[in-house]
Amino acid sequence: MMELSEKEQKIFDGETNEAARQSMEILVALGKIYGAKRMIPIASAQISGVSYKTIGDAGLDYLKDLVKKGAKVAVPAFLNPAGMDIAQWKDMGIPEEFAKKQKEILIAYQAMGIMRTCTCTPYFVGQRPKQGEHIAWAESSAVSFANSILGARTNREGGPSALAAAICGITPEYGLHLDENRIADIVVEIQCRLETNADFGALGYAVGKLVKRKIPAFTGIKSAGEPFLKVLGASMAATGSVPLYYIKGITPEWKVDDDAEKIIFSQKQLDDTKNELDSKAKPDLVTIGCPHCSIDEIREVAELVKKKKPTCAFWVCTARKIKENAEQLGYSKIIENAGGIVVADTCMVVCPLEEMGMEVTGTNSGKAAKYLPNLCRQKVAFGDLKDILYR
Amino acid sequence: MKARSISRGKASGEVLVSSEPIGFLGGIDPETGNVMEKGHELEGKNISGKILVFPNGKGSTVGSYVMLQLAKNKKAPAAIVNVSAEPIIAVGAIISGIPMVDQPEDISKLKNGQKAEVDGTAGTINLIS
Repeated sequence: MMELSEKEQKIFDGETNEAARQSMEILVALGKIYGAKRMIPIASAQISGVSYKTIGDAGLDYLKDLVKKGAKVAVPAFLNPAGMDIAQWKDMGIPEEFAKKQKEILIAYQAMGIMRTCTCTPYFVGQRPKQGEHIAWAESSAVSFANSILGARTNREGGPSALAAAICGITPEYGLHLDENRIADIVVEIQCRLETNADFGALGYAVGKLVKRKIPAFTGIKSAGEPFLKVLGASMAATGSVPLYYIKGITPEWKVDDDAEKIIFSQKQLDDTKNELDSKAKPDLVTIGCPHCSIDEIREVAELVKKKKPTCAFWVCTARKIKENAEQLGYSKIIENAGGIVVADTCMVVCPLEEMGMEVTGTNSGKAAKYLPNLCRQKVAFGDLKDILYR
Repeated sequence: MKARSISRGKASGEVLVSSEPIGFLGGIDPETGNVMEKGHELEGKNISGKILVFPNGKGSTVGSYVMLQLAKNKKAPAAIVNVSAEPIIAVGAIISGIPMVDQPEDISKLKNGQKAEVDGTAGTINLIS
């Protein structure tokens, strides 16, 4: 049974407003389901369930209902990507009716005091929780990055549970909030070359499938910048349900069970995975930025396409703040001149690609490669940018 | 019968039992409350106003919102009894104001067609007939 503080009990009894009461009821129910003993304060919340494509009219009704009941967030809260770029949805080819509904969703969230930072990489735009800090984040790759690379503590929240946590400023203490549940139970020794986003994406795709719900600890990765770590974590979270991983010498924490199973990941396994993911087709559109690009990644794309113009259209998906930086630094112009577009607030997975006449989509992300066939009915061209942009 | 409180409120109705999990997104028509999932043991039955008894939820998390749509259309179940609650159904019941309990003492006592009252606040199920 959960113990509530006096203040929490008052919210539960409805002394604040109906939205807070309902939110506390959700948090208490989740606490019961997962065996939490108490609530703990959170530093921030990342809310999923933003794209009209994923939540539909049912989700929109829910958000409007919450606004009517007086919902206001109690801690800094920000959104996962929406189904379109809020400013240039017309250029993207988004249908009018979709745009109308998407805007209503964003207005509802705004009314609750949630920042319209529609990104899966909030850590690239200043939202970097400290090591050991408790948060309630929802998007699976952001959850993985926060737990693994920043050393923060979060479960993988659902849309309503992250929102309830944001409204009450607390979350039930269970799962990855407790140190005893953050111990790796499988060691993966890397015996392959990892040089590009596609390499890390394929590695994550394969390891996620292998380890499923376990927490992996990698050895043999000498160096990896944040963009590579982001792709690795995103891909493992997509094919397995891996919300936390460690890399020896790279992640701030390294906690491995003495009896952990040990496996080897070979060059052949990496090559086979890349091969399996790639339909070998020429893409109608190459989408870069799953999860959303950092400014460094956009610079690399700009340098590549400046040298040689791609043979297909391409999107570079990122957070709005990073897009503004890319414009200031001239990268956006270079990308546009090469037939591309820098897209903010959304990505290839949550926007309605299937309604936009696309059949083959190129990606260097293991996560996008996993979701594009199901969520967007796309054939996937998978590989390094030097390959997929020039087929 | 004792159970665990999940979503507050009290309601009574006719018991409808499913031994299979239920996924609300795609599984239940939000306009009518009819079970649409092909091959589901409740396919073609209507869940509106029922004391809906099933093991747990399954499928998309958007199912929570579908439960709210059902409630708005006045087609929601009167109450829910799960063997073991999970977040999709628990959240759906709470945001829709549907009383819900889980972990009932003896679920085999709940049979199709009986009348029962579920008290989600107290965590009890009473068989009326």
